[in-house]
Amino acid sequence: MNTLDHVEAAYLRDDIPDFNPGDTVRVHVRVVEGNRQRLQVFEGIVIARNGGGVRASFTVRKISAGVGVERIFPVHAPIIDRLEVVRRGDVRRAKLYYLRDRIGKAARVKEKRD
Amino acid sequence: MKAMLGEKLGMTQIFDDENRVVPVTIIKAGPISITQIKTEESDGYTAIQVAYKELPERHVNRPTAGHFAKSGVAPAKHVVEIRVDDVSEFSLGQEFSVSDLFEVGQKIDVAGVTKGKGFAGVMKRHNFKGQPASHGAHRVHRAPGAIGACATPARVHKGKRMAGRMGGDTRTAMNLTVAQIDAERGLLMVRGSIPGSKRSIVMVREAVKARG
Repeated sequence: MNTLDHVEAAYLRDDIPDFNPGDTVRVHVRVVEGNRQRLQVFEGIVIARNGGGVRASFTVRKISAGVGVERIFPVHAPIIDRLEVVRRGDVRRAKLYYLRDRIGKAARVKEKRD
Repeated sequence: MKAMLGEKLGMTQIFDDENRVVPVTIIKAGPISITQIKTEESDGYTAIQVAYKELPERHVNRPTAGHFAKSGVAPAKHVVEIRVDDVSEFSLGQEFSVSDLFEVGQKIDVAGVTKGKGFAGVMKRHNFKGQPASHGAHRVHRAPGAIGACATPARVHKGKRMAGRMGGDTRTAMNLTVAQIDAERGLLMVRGSIPGSKRSIVMVREAVKARG
């Protein structure tokens, strides 16, 4: 392990479950309003995972009130209180940007069956 | 004296108290030892000379080894002089580590030698705009354009910015913030970027222009 890894290791979280592009996840985000803190849930399909180490991030897409909303989270961000995998998706590529061009039924992802 | 030599290890990111991502450069700083103290009487000015990064004995010639022997410090690869106003608080062989000299939140300047860019054109070297991509522009897209007037002065002014060697200059990044210090490993984490490639030697000082 080189020195840089040691520095990063202090910030890595081990409580985040494994998840892949295509999975539907529920991200519980800590939101600070004034001096009050509450949890906000962002649920959607993971359409991309980027980077590695402490810099790894993922993009979650959901349709909110008919509008597509995407949010990018650092995987190891302390603002993530909890991450649940709701559904495993069966997809053939790593980046699901094609979902942006689809609406309604066409924008679904098959569920993974083992 | 608030100065130290170190080695740039690279960049990464950390999370701060408010959970924000902070880009940091990691410097393996020090320890440094005092090898010589210059005084008004002996040298006409006051300064201390410090050494960084130990060298095996066999890599040092006799005169250099003798110089280090005077202070009892192991021979080192890098030796620099730091100007100080008062030398009375220092003693030969005294050692400093990062945590002795710097603290989190402090403003610092970091000097290093920038990455060599080779022979670079004016767009890269001086941020010229170049020429249009179309509208009749032919093989001049990255050219500087006119470099002077006509019969008067009938020459190109001295100092005219042109293509040439770029990089490899000593540059100082000023007023950077110390994001974190790892006393155990002797690491200094600085917010933002600093000059030089990975593993290059940098000089860290207290910020000279810090306000407030």
